[in-house]
Amino acid sequence: MEDLLREYLPIVIFLGLAIAIGLVFIFAALIIAVRNPDPEKVSAYECGFNAFDDSRMKFDVRFYLVSILFIIFDLEIAFLFPWAVAFKDVGLLGFWSMIVFLGVLTVGFAYEWKKGALEWE
Amino acid sequence: MESIIVILPLLVKMGIVVAVLLLLPLPLTWLERKIAAHIQQRPGPMRVGWHGLLQPLADAIKLLTKEDHIPMDADRLLFKMAPVVALVPPFVVFVAIPFGEPVQIFGSSYTLALSDMNVGLLFILAVSGIGVFGVILAGWASNSKYAVLGSLRSIAQMISYEIPMGFSVIGVVMLAGSMNLSDIVHAQDGLWNIVYQPIGFFVFFVAGLAEAQRIPFDLPEAEGDLGAGYHTEYSGIRFSLFMLAEYVVMVVLALLNALLFFGGWLGAPPFLPPALWLLLKTGFFIWVFMWFRFTFPRYRYDQLMSIGWKVLLPLSLLNILISGIFMF
Repeated sequence: MEDLLREYLPIVIFLGLAIAIGLVFIFAALIIAVRNPDPEKVSAYECGFNAFDDSRMKFDVRFYLVSILFIIFDLEIAFLFPWAVAFKDVGLLGFWSMIVFLGVLTVGFAYEWKKGALEWE
Repeated sequence: MESIIVILPLLVKMGIVVAVLLLLPLPLTWLERKIAAHIQQRPGPMRVGWHGLLQPLADAIKLLTKEDHIPMDADRLLFKMAPVVALVPPFVVFVAIPFGEPVQIFGSSYTLALSDMNVGLLFILAVSGIGVFGVILAGWASNSKYAVLGSLRSIAQMISYEIPMGFSVIGVVMLAGSMNLSDIVHAQDGLWNIVYQPIGFFVFFVAGLAEAQRIPFDLPEAEGDLGAGYHTEYSGIRFSLFMLAEYVVMVVLALLNALLFFGGWLGAPPFLPPALWLLLKTGFFIWVFMWFRFTFPRYRYDQLMSIGWKVLLPLSLLNILISGIFMF
């Protein structure tokens, strides 16, 4: 318990500290900075003409695809870390089982690649 | 009483880390502008103070007093929150970074880390991943087309390069048999990891450049080509919080490069304290990042994505296989 606290209490304190710093800066600016809103100034940025259309628009489906691929691979990374820590203990069998697992993953990855999921024009 | 003895040094160390992190962008912005200037054969800032040394201070005052306006269509709460959300993760990462061996002062030993936790590296990867949320919130809450598009591009870039980055440090963890950063440094006692893990280092370094959104991967901002990316609508202090976060990320990555692949504080020449030696290595990587910025052109977006997915990801998987085979 003592060790747990020593390792993880700093995170909580530092998190609070970091948030406090951000807020202090913003409040300081609230006091010091000039405030002079104007309809032209606070309208959304547009270059050379009046803004048309809403910004809540459809976006390219590939962004969605990338995030799905990310989830799959990010899980692999989380899965690999304990294996890497115990690498010297799991022996040859442990090593090759992970390589087979990564191989299966690579097959899926190659399929994605061939299907053009990674193409951006 | 017991707990005060534990807490007090912790608070002192936190105070030092926070002070350094807040002051660091001042010399770094100066350095970046000076390096840019000398690469481009011009003097750079010269007016404010000796060789423009006080320029960052003047900039800080300017940013603090500038109008901080909120677009009328913005989602006000999220818009106000986003800079803080972007700032916090790179700060919190510093909890897990050790700067040297424990030191003896007046008979008691103090570690040179806020928390030398056993899952240090995993913690760093996880927390720096949260940085994406600041970008999402900023882009979405601004309710401006430039900001939305810019944030989508940033997010896709950041999550794509997080994967090769995660895979590339697996080799380091395999060699050290631990995720604790001090252990990883100790494991490099004989030879630095760069010798065993050249591919890992290459992937980590390039992915780091992309994570920090520095040239040649600074597509999200691309000043001169685009508006400004996800922080188009931000001004004044909120904008500078994003910039502060960006500089802190750069420092974190330089530190990680030095710790994971270049022996951390090991191998210091006898006249240098080890912590200073680590900071010198870090400074070297920061200099490399700045040098790159003014030397390389920017990649196109499709090139960026294909480097991440088609080059770095297979390379980092290959690195795991190779390091495993070599270790047997």
